[in-house]
Amino acid sequence: MPLISTILRRLVLLVFVVAGVAVVTFTISHLIPGDPAQLIAGDKASAETLAHVRQDLGLDKPVTQQFVIYVRQLLSGDLGQSLRTRRPVAGDIALFLPATLELGITALVMAIMIGVPLGVLSAIYKDGPIDQAARVVSVAGISMPVFWFGLALILLFYVKIPILPGSGRITLGIAAPVRITGFFLVDSLVAGNMKAFWSSLYHLVLPAFVLAFANLGIITRQIRASMLDVLQEDYVRTARANGLSRSAVILRHALPNALIPSVTLLGLAFGDLLYGAVLTETIFAWPGMGSYVVSSIQTLDFPAIMGFTIVASLGYVLINLAVDLTYMMLDPQIRELG
Amino acid sequence: MSEPSGDVLLEISDLSLVFRTSRGPIKALNGVSLNVRAGEIVGIVGESGCGKSVTMMAATRLLPKGSAHITAGGIRLFGNDPMKLSERELQHVRGKLVSTIFQEPMNALNPTRRIGEQIVEIIRRHQRLDAKAATSKAIGLLRDMLISEPERIMQAYPFELSGGMRQRVLIAMAFSCEPKLIIADEPTTALDVTVQALILSLIKHKAASTGTAVVFISHDMAVVSQLCDRLYVLYAGRVAEAGTTASVLAAPAHPYTRALIRCLPGLVAPKQPLEQILGTLPDLLDPPAGCLFKARCREADERCKAVPPLAAIGAARRAACWRRIEETQSA
Repeated sequence: MPLISTILRRLVLLVFVVAGVAVVTFTISHLIPGDPAQLIAGDKASAETLAHVRQDLGLDKPVTQQFVIYVRQLLSGDLGQSLRTRRPVAGDIALFLPATLELGITALVMAIMIGVPLGVLSAIYKDGPIDQAARVVSVAGISMPVFWFGLALILLFYVKIPILPGSGRITLGIAAPVRITGFFLVDSLVAGNMKAFWSSLYHLVLPAFVLAFANLGIITRQIRASMLDVLQEDYVRTARANGLSRSAVILRHALPNALIPSVTLLGLAFGDLLYGAVLTETIFAWPGMGSYVVSSIQTLDFPAIMGFTIVASLGYVLINLAVDLTYMMLDPQIRELG
Repeated sequence: MSEPSGDVLLEISDLSLVFRTSRGPIKALNGVSLNVRAGEIVGIVGESGCGKSVTMMAATRLLPKGSAHITAGGIRLFGNDPMKLSERELQHVRGKLVSTIFQEPMNALNPTRRIGEQIVEIIRRHQRLDAKAATSKAIGLLRDMLISEPERIMQAYPFELSGGMRQRVLIAMAFSCEPKLIIADEPTTALDVTVQALILSLIKHKAASTGTAVVFISHDMAVVSQLCDRLYVLYAGRVAEAGTTASVLAAPAHPYTRALIRCLPGLVAPKQPLEQILGTLPDLLDPPAGCLFKARCREADERCKAVPPLAAIGAARRAACWRRIEETQSA
């Protein structure tokens, strides 16, 4: 079964990727200058205090032994303790990651829901008004920096015409839904808390759109290009020559084939969205991974940085797996032959 | 002149068509006239680029609408001008009344959908049948194409089938809605010779049993001669010669037809040397004046500076060559 073998292949790969990333992050964190113990104890700490902190963190042990301890912890799912927040890194990530994922996934869905139809229409009405307008939108999306576009939208829809919230995940005064997945939309629906659901959705609109807009252009152009290719194909001519309706030709014969070359791009776009989330979260005061990672880097919070890096690399492998599975769903040749 | 009786399904008269390109208009068709009657098999022969496919794609309005423009003449397909039909009427004509089999079976089926889905979709588009009836009809059509285990093929994807098998599926598809006319555009060109013969006989027998007329487009005189009742020889967007297959083969009138026949091993008497047609098609961006074949013609003379009309040269025979026209007149 190609399906199971693909999943197994990716999972084996996952082990190697995470192991490699662990080695690299550990090495880098111990090579770069800067003494975490000093950072924690403060500038004026005595040598005695410093030694005590070092011992506390295990930094006095030989590097090889530290690595063994680190790996052992990793295997038990322990990413260590944050030097800054003094909480387990795994717990911190579990707290902040869902907010980022919720934002990223919403943005991806938005980008696909707008980008795919826009790309299809641009291809069908090539060089027409829709195509020209879509081209302008694409170039704008690719070239406008997120921090500028985000601020402009806040200015427009929060300050000038106050119809959308400009910061946070939920209206102050509305209790966040009981935490199950950490996704406010999901948790509030599960709890049947519609007030929290609408408020969360409302808060997602601006940041998700800002994030989606940057990738919208790339998706639109890719779909347009592959649709133009596919519309030239003989099987599209066969469908037309047999009198199928325009919508059947486009939706059943052209689009499914045009989506196949776009899947890789969608995977890349999702990675991009998570990366772009750092800036967007800062602008919209979104309590996600972005602000957590930036603060960790500023304070040289090694366990947090290393933990995040490992989770991120895991995420990339999983996105690749999702891309492979999507290929299988769309392309019978890959599905049947692997 | 006498031609087979029967309803005229397709009548193309004096059709001229250009492709607008950045280098200027390409004069692809220069006054093509032909007709197809119910139940007959008509061949259109000529080199690549002489306008065979363009003529038939114009008739079913499958040419890209931005670049192809009809500059003169007209088309009547089942009594209607296809250029004046609405998109919806056109969809009814395509598939239901006239259907096309194309050259490249490898790419002519949607790679992401099962064979069965693709045939059933077309059947249900044009006929009031439920899914079950349409499926059994599709299986029957595949069986007519001598496909063993049609149920299994219905479940297969195109990449699992050979070229010959795919072409049989496409022929089944073309016959699926019992059209009155099928256009077969070089259906065997991309296939092995052994498969070619099978495909030809499948088309011939299915057409005969359903009374469907076939327009068979080919560059291969040998293939056309096996199959067709009548022939049109096209050269550079003009009809060079027309007549019944037997009479054209027995006494080709136009030098181009003669050359086409002489370069085929099977049609020349044994031990006679094969000939090649020297030169290439004229540049249709800037076609020369007069007879378009004169640069490649061994018999060309002063008269060929004027365009020869397609004139009757005998019973059910027409040719566009000054020499033949004068011979006919003096006889």
